[in-house]
Amino acid sequence: MTDATIQTLTAPKRRAKPRFRVKTSTVVMSLYLLFMLLPIYWLLNMSLKTNTEILNTFTLWPNDLTLANYATILTDPAWYMGYVNSLIYVVLNTAISLMVALPAAYAFSRYTFMGDKHLFFWLLTNRMAPPAVFALPFFQLYSSVGLFDTHIAVALAHCLFNVPLAVWILEGFMRGVPKEIDETAYIDGYSFGKFFVKIFMPLISSGIGVAAFFCFMFSWVELLLSRTLTTVDAKPIAAIMTRTQGAAGIDWGVLAAAGVLTIVPGALVIYFVRNYIAKGFALGRV
Amino acid sequence: MDKTLNQKAWFLVLPVLVLVAFSAVLPVMTVVNYSVQDTFGNNKFFWAGLEWYAEMLQSERMWDALVRQLMFSGIILAIEVPLGIFVALHMPKSGFWSSFCLVLMSLPLLIPWNVVGTIWQIFGRVDIGLLGYTLDLLGIEYNYTQDIFSAWATIIVMDVWHWTSLVALLAFAGLKSIPDAYYQAAKIDQASRWNVFRYIELPKMMGVLMIAILLRFMDSFMIYTEPFVVTGGGPGNATTLLSIDLVKMALGQFDLGPAAAFSIMYYLVILTISYVFYTVMTAMDKKEG
Repeated sequence: MTDATIQTLTAPKRRAKPRFRVKTSTVVMSLYLLFMLLPIYWLLNMSLKTNTEILNTFTLWPNDLTLANYATILTDPAWYMGYVNSLIYVVLNTAISLMVALPAAYAFSRYTFMGDKHLFFWLLTNRMAPPAVFALPFFQLYSSVGLFDTHIAVALAHCLFNVPLAVWILEGFMRGVPKEIDETAYIDGYSFGKFFVKIFMPLISSGIGVAAFFCFMFSWVELLLSRTLTTVDAKPIAAIMTRTQGAAGIDWGVLAAAGVLTIVPGALVIYFVRNYIAKGFALGRV
Repeated sequence: MDKTLNQKAWFLVLPVLVLVAFSAVLPVMTVVNYSVQDTFGNNKFFWAGLEWYAEMLQSERMWDALVRQLMFSGIILAIEVPLGIFVALHMPKSGFWSSFCLVLMSLPLLIPWNVVGTIWQIFGRVDIGLLGYTLDLLGIEYNYTQDIFSAWATIIVMDVWHWTSLVALLAFAGLKSIPDAYYQAAKIDQASRWNVFRYIELPKMMGVLMIAILLRFMDSFMIYTEPFVVTGGGPGNATTLLSIDLVKMALGQFDLGPAAAFSIMYYLVILTISYVFYTVMTAMDKKEG
């Protein structure tokens, strides 16, 4: 059959339908993305309203646009120090996790040694351990060594699930690098340290980036442990958000603004890792 | 890749071992310690054997929480997995729109868990939330702080909102790895859309789907923050899942013995499932390698 006959056959039909046909995929994706974005939009919407408008009228967008809620947070140290605290322990955690995970992942991807499989499995179990089980013992452990309410305590506690994650992700990326590269480097007289830093790390730079992103992310979203281990000095923003519950009811505007500000760091970097997100969540196994 | 035998590789994993031992083994041993002892205060402990375990196994409270937990995990898996696959099948395969969808879909995954709770707490309120207000306008009885059904519906929709993208992203990664030749062969055979899905796409996605299912099961099994923020475990105990109950017991009432026994059993369940997870993953790696 030629193209011409197809056209004549389908032409009358097409006229009956609207000008352009919307594909089902587009409809499905639009609906899904709408479902994803609507609650976030609502938070953003509320953060830009005054409390009077939130409580007295129901508006789909801010009629009386205000940045006062954000100003409250960004000028009050009790508020913005929460972000600083969170950022400090998250960055500390990412640095520690990567530092210990890099050599370990290299060992797992290149060598077999006594107990390697058991060790690898044991690491995984820590990623799967419920933080609720660890909350109380962590509290006592860090209190007894005098680290309670410090950033390093939270950073170390988060290593519980981030170190295994980093090891698994990095191992997945390292396996993709041919072993011949290592051997050539050794023949050329590189020492292990020099080879690792100068040659190997640049080769897996995207893997390091992805692992760092996931450590950052999981430390940033976790609340149970970080809240249990801090009271004042290292209190994370997520825990400070309960402050909005005052005697006069909840300060919805400020709560919403604080929520929006916690989404920003993730939203900023997500573009760079979009193609690796599945790999990261699958612990480097996709 | 064939690996060389090298016992010195132990030195490379030593830092990880020390660190994780400090942050995992020490605390677990503390819990084990509590689970076999009793106290009258003043830090005086005496041996209680397996009493706490026996007590917890007979405690209705724990079984109820476990049933609720299994129900929650079951429901969210039954929704998220098919929905995630469905969405992945409709995602644009490449180009600008593909990135666009990937970025927007990942957004909920990066929101701190208590903020996820806050978002839905606000969104579901009848007076100021879009969802609650709309439902109220339609004349549907909805109040997640008092009505058990509403509370469950809210935490389930919240979890679907929060995590379906994870299943979709993993399924999408699986779909993208299917070579074009497979589809061309199916076209020649005039396979129906369903048959293409059943005999080409699904088997090829199976590996990543297993990961998605197990991850979602594990993570939903230890969920704490999100439902805690939205319902606080209520109305009554209707949404008190395992972790919520455990934290209540350990940090709220300071019932160390029972809480520790509870923790250990909780942990053993997780350990068993982790083992399944690990077996599946290594089997997959072998198939690929």
